[in-house]
Amino acid sequence: MPGHDDGHWLPIALIPLATADTVPRAQNPLARPILPMDELPAHMRPERSFQGFILALQRFWAEQGCVILQPYDMEMGAGTFHPATTLRALGPKPWRAAYVQPSRRPKDGRYGKNPNRMQHYYQYQVIMKPSPPNLQELYLKSLAAIGLDSSLHDIRFVEDDWESPTLGAWGLGWECWCDGMEVSQFTYFQQVAGVECAPVAGELTYGMERLACYLQGVDHVMDLNFNGREGVDKVTYGDVFLQAEQEYSLHNFEHSDSEMLFKQFVMAEEACKKYLAAGWKSGSNQKEHLMALPAYDQCIKASHVFNLLDARGVISVTERQSYIGRVRDLAKACGEAWVHTEAGRAS
Amino acid sequence: MPDLLLELFSEEIPARMQAKAADDLRRMVTDRLVAEGLVYEGAKAFVTPRRLALTVHGIPARQSDLKTERKGPKIGAPDAAVQGFLKATGLDEATIQRDPKGDFYVALIEKPGRPTLDVLADILPVIVRTFPWPKSMRWGERSAKSGALTWVRPLHSIIATFGPETEEPEIVKFSIDGIEAGQTTFGHRFLAPSAISVRRFEDYEAKLKAAKVVLDPQARKDIILADAKQLAFAQGFELVEDQVLLDEVSGLVEWPVVLMGSFDQEFLSIPGEVIRATIRNNQKCFVVSDPKDSDKNPDKTGKLTNKFILTANIEATDGGKAIIAGNERVIRARLSDAKFFYESDLKTKLEDRLPKFENIVFHEKLGTQGERIKRIERLAAEIAPLVGADVEKTKRAAHLAKADLLTEVVGEFPELQGLMGKYYALAQGEDASVAAASEEHYKPQGPADRVPTDRVSVAVALADKMDTLVGFWAIDEKPTGSKDPYALRRAALGVIRLIAENTIRLPILKAAQSAILGLPEKGAKYPAADAQKLPGDLLSFFADRLKVQLRDQGARHDLVDAVFALGGQDDLLMVVRRVEALGKFLDTDDGKNLLAGTKRASNILSIEEKKDKRSFDGAPDPTLYKLDEEKALAKAIDQVKSEAGAAVAKEDFAAAMSAMAKLRPAVDAFFDKVKVNDDEPNVRENRLKLLNEIRAATRAVADFSKIEG
Repeated sequence: MPGHDDGHWLPIALIPLATADTVPRAQNPLARPILPMDELPAHMRPERSFQGFILALQRFWAEQGCVILQPYDMEMGAGTFHPATTLRALGPKPWRAAYVQPSRRPKDGRYGKNPNRMQHYYQYQVIMKPSPPNLQELYLKSLAAIGLDSSLHDIRFVEDDWESPTLGAWGLGWECWCDGMEVSQFTYFQQVAGVECAPVAGELTYGMERLACYLQGVDHVMDLNFNGREGVDKVTYGDVFLQAEQEYSLHNFEHSDSEMLFKQFVMAEEACKKYLAAGWKSGSNQKEHLMALPAYDQCIKASHVFNLLDARGVISVTERQSYIGRVRDLAKACGEAWVHTEAGRAS
Repeated sequence: MPDLLLELFSEEIPARMQAKAADDLRRMVTDRLVAEGLVYEGAKAFVTPRRLALTVHGIPARQSDLKTERKGPKIGAPDAAVQGFLKATGLDEATIQRDPKGDFYVALIEKPGRPTLDVLADILPVIVRTFPWPKSMRWGERSAKSGALTWVRPLHSIIATFGPETEEPEIVKFSIDGIEAGQTTFGHRFLAPSAISVRRFEDYEAKLKAAKVVLDPQARKDIILADAKQLAFAQGFELVEDQVLLDEVSGLVEWPVVLMGSFDQEFLSIPGEVIRATIRNNQKCFVVSDPKDSDKNPDKTGKLTNKFILTANIEATDGGKAIIAGNERVIRARLSDAKFFYESDLKTKLEDRLPKFENIVFHEKLGTQGERIKRIERLAAEIAPLVGADVEKTKRAAHLAKADLLTEVVGEFPELQGLMGKYYALAQGEDASVAAASEEHYKPQGPADRVPTDRVSVAVALADKMDTLVGFWAIDEKPTGSKDPYALRRAALGVIRLIAENTIRLPILKAAQSAILGLPEKGAKYPAADAQKLPGDLLSFFADRLKVQLRDQGARHDLVDAVFALGGQDDLLMVVRRVEALGKFLDTDDGKNLLAGTKRASNILSIEEKKDKRSFDGAPDPTLYKLDEEKALAKAIDQVKSEAGAAVAKEDFAAAMSAMAKLRPAVDAFFDKVKVNDDEPNVRENRLKLLNEIRAATRAVADFSKIEG
């Protein structure tokens, strides 16, 4: 990696990539190794480009047998809310998935001014059920794949017990530190949606912007090189998201329609309960649920609406607890329904 | 004799749990060995982030044979009894003998000792399965099954070897949830990750060291501390030592490598405590100061410098450049946040933050933080004259004392509450006492914490704690057993120490009454009757706390009851003084004998009172005295009563005790010569009344019947 002059290096590197890209994949997609970083064109290298960084992780986890999903099409506070994690973590069936999840935390908006706090950011999420015995090693390999060399960098697992009061979930694990910076969370789920995990799933969450800032040596998230190009072709994170951060901060803190949101919360809550009630299949001798996923969508919705109301400052301290409790009740009921669906039960 | 080596190799164990885990492992294994009759010579446990290890040396190779005798039924007892005895002992008739002393069956039971290797194979899995981690978890495929092994983090391998020094040790054969005990472990995660085969503790420790693992936590601490000091010293600085941080950091690394980084000078404009909290809490790094020695370095201030010391877990191939650069980046970002927080905090005056407290619930039933601040202000103003504090300053101090809770810096570092208030108050030009109270009114936080002495701080501290106590008492949220979520015991002890160490006269009952008046009526769910009872209840809580405190100091805590039993004792300073004087008195012969005499009088009285179903109070009739000892006692009582009474009125408890001492010869002589239960009923009654007078006289200082011994 070090020592290359970018100007000279670029065209040389394109040749092996083209070869690698066409011939072996067609013959045997499984036999193809992960592309060594030195063979990547500069604009695709994880330390040069935000999207290159995402693709490096996608490629790495694909090699570990994960299904590479696309983001869930709803607003949510963290990758954990994606049904591919929350619901798939439940039940006995094996499951391995990885995906980017745009995450919305209305309260964290800073009108685009804070170097690392935003109301919208990306999480990279990996879920493996049951947790493989070498999950820590896989994680460390993934860091190597994005260019963090463990002979140069101080990588540490520092205690972090994870709990999500809105999801009725908890697990034990660590925050993973690289040279003193928290770059990921590593959790062995013990309970999700009020249901014991059997078997336990391992969850990895990478803070994408923070890691990318570190890899690119950039202090402000808006300065991240998004597409890895230079000069006129360069697109920064700020080019893509700065305006959004400003607009959504204005919306979340000052203008979001509280009256409508309060209604939406209740609507989502009621809909969730309604779908859950309607989903239980009658007449069969086995307890079976047919609508856990649509019901869970409403739980996600309620959670996000609550976050918006919270950011707007219209929920008092005591009410806050009760709202969290209401979302948790929905999550638990969805979890209960899920373990009686095809994907959530034993057979 | 043979040694045991045990290692439990897992994923990273939280630093804060490591020391106790090592201790628990040693205790559990050695306790079980001893319970199995295997007395060992020594044991030591070790812990790193990834392993718990134990060496027990000098364990006998096998248990000794156990012979016990058990007495059975009488000879000639019904056959069923004899058969039952045989069944219970597991023996057949042939081994039953006659007891030489009598006609009993006696069973000789011989239990042959087992090899220690087998005993270990039985006890070690049980210890692993029942290990008391504060939180433990399941993992992997096996977690689907019930009864799956739980551990603090996934457990990967176990070493268990047993054998004498001179021979190849044997493996203790057991397996737990698919993990087979063996003799293999692994070195440092990054520097030497390969498997290592070990035989016994000596080569285990040495091979680990070669594989870049320092097994002994104390050795890691020593390395970190020495290297950190050296690094700082080499640049003319001084390490700011921090034991808690050192403990934690040594639990985060197997191979400590200490490095020094720096941050921009401009951040030194932030208060040192904020820099330290930022670097310590978030980054687990040490801070560095200029040396304090001002003689040699008159320009040195002892203030923080723009350096920090980190402890890495690897010897990096670039000598640590990338690690330092990375940590510097994070610390720079953290300090920019802190500086931004601090500077924006300074832009708002503390009093301007108060309206926001109206929206923050302190407790559902006790109203908002805003209401609470007003209550404390009112109470502090009432207390101020009693403790010699300026009323206006006290009011101002109470008004501002909590305002920093809504500042950004305190939001980020809750442990800086109060301290930041002081900085912000000084910055906005408040009086020094007023500013100091922000920090000091939280004190003392525990038995070891400093007690404030500035009178303004004392008044606010007392008001804060009394409001808390009365409030939670009013809504019936008293501490129960080990549960004390609102730290009410600490608050009560704080009040006691504030009063005792500053020699303050504060009538607790009155202060409590006053605090009740301030409680919000809408939320306080207590009937008026309870409000009447509350101050008394609270007072006995103080009595309990005082007892605990005295017991912790090794003083006599039973004397507290004896003083509180007098009733109306709500001046804690006087209670403490009385208890002290009483304790000294009871250490003397006079004290001990008077106590014995008084107790004797009380015992006789209570027996006779019960018998006659009446009490014997009222003055004795001098005309009924028949013996000199009666007259002498009556005289002594009168004298002591007036002398002790006068001394107590002057609050001179030592003098009161000396007066009491004069009672002793008369009491002793009375019991020596006088028969209380005289045949003449009126003489008996008179003597009982005289006994009651002894009790009454001693009550000038304490209720002697409540004193133990």
